[in-house]
Amino acid sequence: MTEIFGVPIQALMGQLMLGLVSGSFYAMLSLGLAVIFGMLNIINFAHGALYMMGAFLAWMGLEYFALGYWQALLLAPLAVGLFGIVIERSMLQWLYKLDHLYGLLLTFGLALVIEGLFTNGYGVSGQPYSIPEELSGAFNLGFMFLPKYRAWVIVASLAVCFCTWFVIEKTRLGAYLRAATENPKLTQAFGINVPLMVMLTYGFGAALAGFAGVLAAPAIQVSPLMGSNLIIVVFAVVVIGGMGSILGSILTGLGLGVIEGLTKVFYPEASATVVFVIMAIVLMIRPAGLFGKER
Amino acid sequence: MSRKALAYAALLAFGLAAPLFIYPVLVMKILCFALFACAFNLLLGYTGLLSFGHAAFFGTAAYVAGHALKEWGLPTELGLLAGTAAAGLLGWAVGSLAIRRTGIYFAMVTLALAQMVYFIFLQASFTGGEDGLQGVPRGTLLGFVDLSDDLNLYYFVLAIFVFAFWLIYRTIHSPFGQILKAIRENEPRAISLGYDVAKYKLLAFVLSATLAGLAGATKMLVFKFATLTDAHWHLSGEVVLMTILGGMGTVFGPVVGSSVIVTLQNELADKVGSLVTVIMGCIFVICVLAFRRGIVGEVAALYQRVVGKRARG
Repeated sequence: MTEIFGVPIQALMGQLMLGLVSGSFYAMLSLGLAVIFGMLNIINFAHGALYMMGAFLAWMGLEYFALGYWQALLLAPLAVGLFGIVIERSMLQWLYKLDHLYGLLLTFGLALVIEGLFTNGYGVSGQPYSIPEELSGAFNLGFMFLPKYRAWVIVASLAVCFCTWFVIEKTRLGAYLRAATENPKLTQAFGINVPLMVMLTYGFGAALAGFAGVLAAPAIQVSPLMGSNLIIVVFAVVVIGGMGSILGSILTGLGLGVIEGLTKVFYPEASATVVFVIMAIVLMIRPAGLFGKER
Repeated sequence: MSRKALAYAALLAFGLAAPLFIYPVLVMKILCFALFACAFNLLLGYTGLLSFGHAAFFGTAAYVAGHALKEWGLPTELGLLAGTAAAGLLGWAVGSLAIRRTGIYFAMVTLALAQMVYFIFLQASFTGGEDGLQGVPRGTLLGFVDLSDDLNLYYFVLAIFVFAFWLIYRTIHSPFGQILKAIRENEPRAISLGYDVAKYKLLAFVLSATLAGLAGATKMLVFKFATLTDAHWHLSGEVVLMTILGGMGTVFGPVVGSSVIVTLQNELADKVGSLVTVIMGCIFVICVLAFRRGIVGEVAALYQRVVGKRARG
């Protein structure tokens, strides 16, 4: 059996894949946080709760309405996005003139409410959600077995991340968006409906979190607390990468996922804390983050 | 005697008499969380730094104090001091990293570092993992006052609270406190006036973490155990809620806020179960949307308006 540093290559590649999978989730969630922060100047603490909502809606769709995985992949993000728009219109829009911290506090309260409601309804234990038939099984790559679902998660999230990057950096809509981020008043003076764009941005960010949730549903058990533990790691990812650049968020997310996966192989005790340790080191060397600009 | 001194004397008298008509353990719990929130308010209300990881200091002190009392058999006073000192040290480490960023990033950094501390406690052997550290002896005060008696312990806890409250009050009203307020209001100007802002922020952070630790160690003494909930981010959120509900940047706000929240949790826990989190979340949302000055802030504003009207005639 081939070994690298005393670790069988199958185990190493397996953890590497798992790392890429969790890295895909970090990338999608930190991308959503960065897009929302750019436009609304709000750190969305409810992001983890929205992600959990996406997963739960997929599960509920199957349980109560017999909606399959593929329908859920389309409908659940739409529902979460609409929910996000309602939140933006009814609450967040009153906070834009205040200190940014109020947005963080409000979304923290919302996260508690959403999580509490789901915990009350379904308990803290996980609900199983099976992998769709088309994606069960594994590819035999010769040197390792690659479960199809993991490959799909990585491909799907990369595609979504790429589309987001393309829309924001390369299209006219994205140009409006960037202009509104840079100088909302001037952009509005040019006749662009900035409040509408802010609303859609939050809706899009929420939908992205919901999409990540549906992707995660078959990979891990659907539970009301799945979002809150993840979101704190994503915060650390955001601090490491800085929220200045979209590609930066994606790369940092994927990279940290891989590092976490490798830590599981070589020093499992530290796998829960390694991202935070890296954050501490980055803060010491480059306080603005790897891709961030000092403001 | 001024009216202010009279008010403080009345409050102290209330504190001394409280265990006669309220269950002392509940009052002790309120005092511990009030101290925790006051320490937090020193940072949020007076320095303008939102730490989302204060439970780490609370929990660390609880664990270290518990371990010192149970395993090393230290006297109660030394055990509390050990816990408090550990929280202060951790505060120095977390603070010197966190003050490298400001605003929203500061909140995220403190939250992430606190989560790291939580994971360490989850894995470390001395904390007892999910079970927590149980059956810590309360010991005796100065070797002869038996603290296993709730009433004796109550007056010890009250003394700790009064001392820490006085310390915070003095800090806020000292030249050091004025500089902290200057940093909160306008950091660039404080820098241009020649203040070493980073140093002041760090000092405020360490002081706040130390006092949060004192609260955690005392709470451990009251309940005789330390668990992972003491270091969980939920608690970090709760102390933020107590402070803004009571009124951040006011001397009494955190005391009022924590009394309301602890009493509420105590009343509701049996009746609504896991919906408590939902209620806390709703209070959070309402506070941020409509009630940003908090209870004490609103009352003070109302008082100002009434007095102002009367003065104008």
